[in-house]
Amino acid sequence: MSVMIDVTNAQKTFTMHLQSGIELPVVRGVNFQVDAGECVVLSGPSGAGKSSILKMIFANYRCGGGRVDIRHQGTLIDIATAEPRQILNVRRSTIGYVSQFLRAVPRVATIDVVAEPLIANGVTRAEANDRAGRALHRLNIAERFWQLPPATFSGGEQQRVNIARGFISDLPILLLDEPTASLDAANRAVVVGLIAGTKRKGTAIVAIVHDDEVRRQIADRIIDVTGFTAAA
Amino acid sequence: MANQNLRENDEPLLIADDLSKSFGKIIACQDVSFKLYPGEILAIVGESGSGKSTLLQILSGQQSSGQGRVSYRMRDGVTRDLSTLGEAERRFLFRTDWGYVHQDPAQGLRMAVSAGANVGERLMAVGWNHYGRIRAAASSWLERVEIDVARIDDTPRTYSGGMRQRLQIARNLVTQPRLVFMDEPTGGLDVSVQARLLDVLRNLVRELHLAVVIVTHDLAVARLLSDRLLVMKGGQVIETGLTDQVLDDPAEHYTQLLVSSILSP
Repeated sequence: MSVMIDVTNAQKTFTMHLQSGIELPVVRGVNFQVDAGECVVLSGPSGAGKSSILKMIFANYRCGGGRVDIRHQGTLIDIATAEPRQILNVRRSTIGYVSQFLRAVPRVATIDVVAEPLIANGVTRAEANDRAGRALHRLNIAERFWQLPPATFSGGEQQRVNIARGFISDLPILLLDEPTASLDAANRAVVVGLIAGTKRKGTAIVAIVHDDEVRRQIADRIIDVTGFTAAA
Repeated sequence: MANQNLRENDEPLLIADDLSKSFGKIIACQDVSFKLYPGEILAIVGESGSGKSTLLQILSGQQSSGQGRVSYRMRDGVTRDLSTLGEAERRFLFRTDWGYVHQDPAQGLRMAVSAGANVGERLMAVGWNHYGRIRAAASSWLERVEIDVARIDDTPRTYSGGMRQRLQIARNLVTQPRLVFMDEPTGGLDVSVQARLLDVLRNLVRELHLAVVIVTHDLAVARLLSDRLLVMKGGQVIETGLTDQVLDDPAEHYTQLLVSSILSP
């Protein structure tokens, strides 16, 4: 089994300059590894630092210390200290991230939102659109909505567009922040199926899921992050 | 194709080395250094008077820096110090390999000649002389920036603000530059028009693999378009990094203030 993510003694503290510089420790001593084909679920109460850990792995948050090694094209790269252009490369071809909310660009059609990561990786427009269409189908977004921008969709529909986009590239690492939070039972089942299929292809997954049923279905391992929570 | 360009992309296109400039006692910029790679979009943000526009003018060789150096990798692969270029070389660079999009389209367009001529002129400057082909290229560029081709013979005076700005972009991109400077390109436009312009820009910079240095005070524009951010205050770069990292996890006092001051509907 190859290690895809190796977090070593990572920590995160926010310094709130606008609140007279108070220090807000979030997590410290974060240590865990994720193998290819494994789904690790982070658990713990709200505010324990689950999303912060996910964001540090994606380099959306900076690390205050420690390492976050990512296997990118065969070699381990510490994303906590990587150059911006290296991080962009890692995001393009190694790490996908499904956030809690879709950040939609005005005017861009749903099908293009979903196809965009493929286009960025050099897939032809025709094939990208074809795959995007299949992904949207699977997530029960009717074809008549594909040419509309998702900004007008309901929360659950937007989240499904977000999931379609996140799963489309078959990247080796996938980070999921509450992917099923605003979905009904039928669509939750679709997402569970997507996760299972992605795992079989060898993708390493780190997820945050509050739904016990979903967690039980997808988790190979549960990491309780309260052990990393920094005392305020 | 991606692999073919790999080595090409590994060399910086534009290098700023320790740029400083002051007007009397006023410091416009101080010790600014960065490297810009092909296809990379760098946004320079900060409040008015923070030195953003001066920096853009220095980078594009329109103002000399008091200190420091700007280097550019020419099409022949040789990286040269801009201050050593002759006037003719510099002008050629500006006409071919570079674009410059002004906040006020009237500054970047010739308002008294037709839209088609505005676009065609840049082609003629690089040696195109076949009228039919120039007109065809101009039409196709009008289409790409979503301007009705039926308006090709009208002057930009008759265009709306948003159309003028899109025309200015077409005029800049027609020669397939590798680097485009943009100074507040969405500045004077109302919000609905901005969205269209941003969408057009976003698609074009990706399709054409353009490197862009964009000055903006609008963080939403920076988030939408740029890969990397430079935050300026009082002429100094106080924070840099990936755009989403700087906006979602700002480290400096001033950056936190900027981010927390955004009004969201």
